[in-house]
Amino acid sequence: MIKVTIDDIEIEVEPGTSILNAARKAGGEIVPPAMCYYSKLPGTGGKCRTCLVEVAAGSTADPRPMPKLVASCSTLVMDGMIVKNKTSQRVHDNRGGVVEFLLINHPLDCPVCDQAGECHLQDLGYEHGSSKTRYEEERRTFDPIDIGDKIKLHMNRCILCYRCVEVAKQLTEKRVHGVLHRGDHAEISTYIENAIDNDFSGNMIDVCPVGALTDKTFRFKSRVWFLKPMEAERSCTKCSGKAVVWMFGKEIYRVTGRKDQYGEIETIDDKTAWICNECRFEKKDANDWNILGPRTINRHSVISQGKYKTNMTRRIKKLD
Amino acid sequence: MESLTNRKKVVSDKPMTFMEELYLPAIFRGMKVTFKHMLQKRKTIKYPEEIRVFAPVYRGMHVLKRDEKGRENCTACGLCAVACPAEAITMVAAERKKGEEKLYREEKYAEKYEINMLRCIFCGLCEEACPKEAIFLTDRIVPTEFERNDFIYGKDKLVESIEFPIDITKRQHTGKRTEK
Repeated sequence: MIKVTIDDIEIEVEPGTSILNAARKAGGEIVPPAMCYYSKLPGTGGKCRTCLVEVAAGSTADPRPMPKLVASCSTLVMDGMIVKNKTSQRVHDNRGGVVEFLLINHPLDCPVCDQAGECHLQDLGYEHGSSKTRYEEERRTFDPIDIGDKIKLHMNRCILCYRCVEVAKQLTEKRVHGVLHRGDHAEISTYIENAIDNDFSGNMIDVCPVGALTDKTFRFKSRVWFLKPMEAERSCTKCSGKAVVWMFGKEIYRVTGRKDQYGEIETIDDKTAWICNECRFEKKDANDWNILGPRTINRHSVISQGKYKTNMTRRIKKLD
Repeated sequence: MESLTNRKKVVSDKPMTFMEELYLPAIFRGMKVTFKHMLQKRKTIKYPEEIRVFAPVYRGMHVLKRDEKGRENCTACGLCAVACPAEAITMVAAERKKGEEKLYREEKYAEKYEINMLRCIFCGLCEEACPKEAIFLTDRIVPTEFERNDFIYGKDKLVESIEFPIDITKRQHTGKRTEK
């Protein structure tokens, strides 16, 4: 075990852990945000640069600070390393710059986008971005494409985090979509708008940190803050069958995987609880699911807005 | 129990004096007030023939605005409904089809948009929450109805007509929206 200090909090982790995962082990405010890194998908990370942190001392053996900010998702911890995240103004300023870059081509269509309310870029922009853009040139624009009959791709909103490509690579046997072209022209695409008919392709929607990949069966149906996320399960031969159903009254509007506080699919019984397309797109009847109870929502999240009753009852339960 | 606030007034039931028993002085005192007001200028107006001048920030009946090309601004984002403390606003969104670009500004629009005017408290939070400058409160008064159902205003009553746009510039200086 090696010791690492992040924002004056000392943590003991195993060698080979990244700074981001060490911070997540401690939890709380010190965890850097991550747009492209996804702990459940090996090979992700190192692309978006939002998780930049300052290393004030490299290790006990070589206590010199690192000259540049490093990406915490792909930098491994050393014994005696001192990392600054929230306590460093430099990190805050640089992250603001990164967010500004991510927003350069991102359209301002949050009122239209289905991801609004649970979008990581929205959170980041709220935290770091200024309310005005300095970008004067025309944004790159694409027409929305159907990826298969259940997924809609809005390339305008994509930040090229490659998470969905990794999902396709690791969860499905044959990848039929990827990133075409390069640089400014890079875009997620399937060959000739090829249909993806794989049982686990719907997980692309869950891993997308922005609203680039959205559920077509839920498209414009409602907004997330009007729905009530309920933990539910069903016996499924293909997947774990453990999901979150988003309900309005007694109707199920959409089904997603169970996401933890970092927006990643939870690990249940030592397995990442990806859900199959049948559970996600076809089981929209409340009788199909065994509904276990309301999902815990962060009090500050817009999703908890207007759900006075659930919040209150839960609080009373806690007091008892 | 002892009073905590000391604001209680004990009711007195003492017998009336001779002057009070006459009643006439009290009647004259009351009539003096009445006749004084008869000679004064009238404080009420004859609504609806006569209409008072509204304050520029008066919050009355809502309007769903169109943009300068006559397209509906509202995209059914639901922010007004979530901001509404009275939960008076409901909506159903729909996707704009090809050929409807002249009707709706964005690719999503409100297929149904309802405000329950009996629930509404005219606080103006919907207008403040709106990111698309679609909903505004105006100086129009919600008319009376006989049925409760008639107070649920749909898009037919809320969206302004293209021929007679409703002027909201006087009360609101929201700045000009930049064209995409």
